[in-house]
Amino acid sequence: MNLRGRRKMVNRIALGLSLVAMSFGLFWLCWILYTVFHLGLGGLSLDLFTKMTPPPGSPGGLMNAIVGSLVMVGLATLIGTPIGVMAGVYLSEYGQRTALGFSTRFINDILLSAPSIVIGLFIYAVYVAQVGKFSAMAGVLALALIVIPVVVRTTENMLLLIPNSLREAAFALGAPKWIVISRVTVRSAKAGIVTGVLLAVARISGETAPLLFTALSNQFWSLNLNEPMANLPVTIFKFAMSPFTDWQQLAWAGVFLITMGVLALNVAARAFFSEQTKS
Amino acid sequence: MTEPRIPAAPEVQLSIRGLSFYYGNYQALKNITMDVYKARVTAFIGPSGCGKSTLLRALNRMYALYPEQRAEGKLLLDGKNLLDSDIDLNDLRARIGMVFQKPTPFPMSIYENIAFGVRLHESLTRAQMDDRVEWALRKAALWDEAKDKLSQSGMSLSGGQQQRLCIARGIAVHPEILLLDEPTSALDPISTAKIEELIHDLKQEFTIVIVTHNMQQAARVSDYTAYMYLGEVIEFGDTDDLFIAPKNKQTEDYITGRFG
Repeated sequence: MNLRGRRKMVNRIALGLSLVAMSFGLFWLCWILYTVFHLGLGGLSLDLFTKMTPPPGSPGGLMNAIVGSLVMVGLATLIGTPIGVMAGVYLSEYGQRTALGFSTRFINDILLSAPSIVIGLFIYAVYVAQVGKFSAMAGVLALALIVIPVVVRTTENMLLLIPNSLREAAFALGAPKWIVISRVTVRSAKAGIVTGVLLAVARISGETAPLLFTALSNQFWSLNLNEPMANLPVTIFKFAMSPFTDWQQLAWAGVFLITMGVLALNVAARAFFSEQTKS
Repeated sequence: MTEPRIPAAPEVQLSIRGLSFYYGNYQALKNITMDVYKARVTAFIGPSGCGKSTLLRALNRMYALYPEQRAEGKLLLDGKNLLDSDIDLNDLRARIGMVFQKPTPFPMSIYENIAFGVRLHESLTRAQMDDRVEWALRKAALWDEAKDKLSQSGMSLSGGQQQRLCIARGIAVHPEILLLDEPTSALDPISTAKIEELIHDLKQEFTIVIVTHNMQQAARVSDYTAYMYLGEVIEFGDTDDLFIAPKNKQTEDYITGRFG
């Protein structure tokens, strides 16, 4: 076989293998989505959003869990984003080649890949065990600890993509460093930073382990941050494992909601990023 | 030459005296001494790596952003040495503006791109700022193209327009000297011609120093030219003299294309 023919064959084999790999991944993804839709759609109703989690055998919904998740995810994002963005700015703009920068980046990478159950147990040990009870605040802190490294990483990476010439152009006008960073550098990286935050939100929306040891769950309506608070992941965990079919149905409805929410966040992140970066 | 381009005895704006420059241990400029004349265009030419951009970036102390870079010697502006440690870099850069090789519009509107620099040094009323923005855009020959879209992003302009926006932004803070670092190397010939025309107009009010790798451009736009090689100024003088009758053999080889 001549050289050209062999190249073509190698090309076909490589293409075929990558198609097989892709369909293998897609197959499971589609199956998961199909199951989520199939089992989750049946539980969708207005009650889901307006009624509390019920005792077995009674009608009910997931309102307290939905609101609890929104509250905790929202607060964790509010706490984690400014800290993460500021740390990312430090790493990229000030501590690029300093010892503190290196060690911060290293520790952040460890935190980034730490299993979330470790974060949950950590907050349990330093907060829940000290205060003596499970609370929504502990859940918020655990989720914030997951948000921070993600935001630090993306903020730093996005800032590093900004060409130095843009910073120099701002300095050349006589701008002090903090104005260069806040008005030019961070602004230029805005799309990437917001995308990172959205992906961090998507990441914590489904986290169960860090809430299991911190916010626990709550059968009832509560917005008190010092009490256990209902949330979707732990409610799903509890209901899905139960022998009651109506609880299982609610668990699937919750899975459907989380999946749709995370999907929407990912689509929003992508749409936002491509909208902002085209020029 | 049809017109006598340079009246006798121009005034010195900036004196470079014994300037050496180091990137870490590497010496990039060796004991450079020359004058930059007021309301004239001075060009630095020379092969890649000869130090022409380094010299330009020393003049507004851009290098100070990078801790491993340092300069020695004197840069005298109004009798003060700009390399002194008590010089406020932000004030210095308000007096000596800079435009870069690639257009660098900020991620904000055309209007804000210009107001950004002005606000750093002056507090103007809205009306005064409007006037200043219009003045700068007119000076940079961009007003007619930009006046109807001042609130649009600076990124929406074409490359040549972006570069003129950067020039407008630079002159809006009323610098005394404007440094241009290969300002047309990323532009098409028509945009280049516009910028060159602009340089010609701007030298009425500003002292201009331009780095260019294009010898024809240096010959077209500058009054004085410095030919640099390996970190030294080999020859500095009136542009016409330097191009028509170079005194130095190396300069002659370079401008006639035998070397470089």
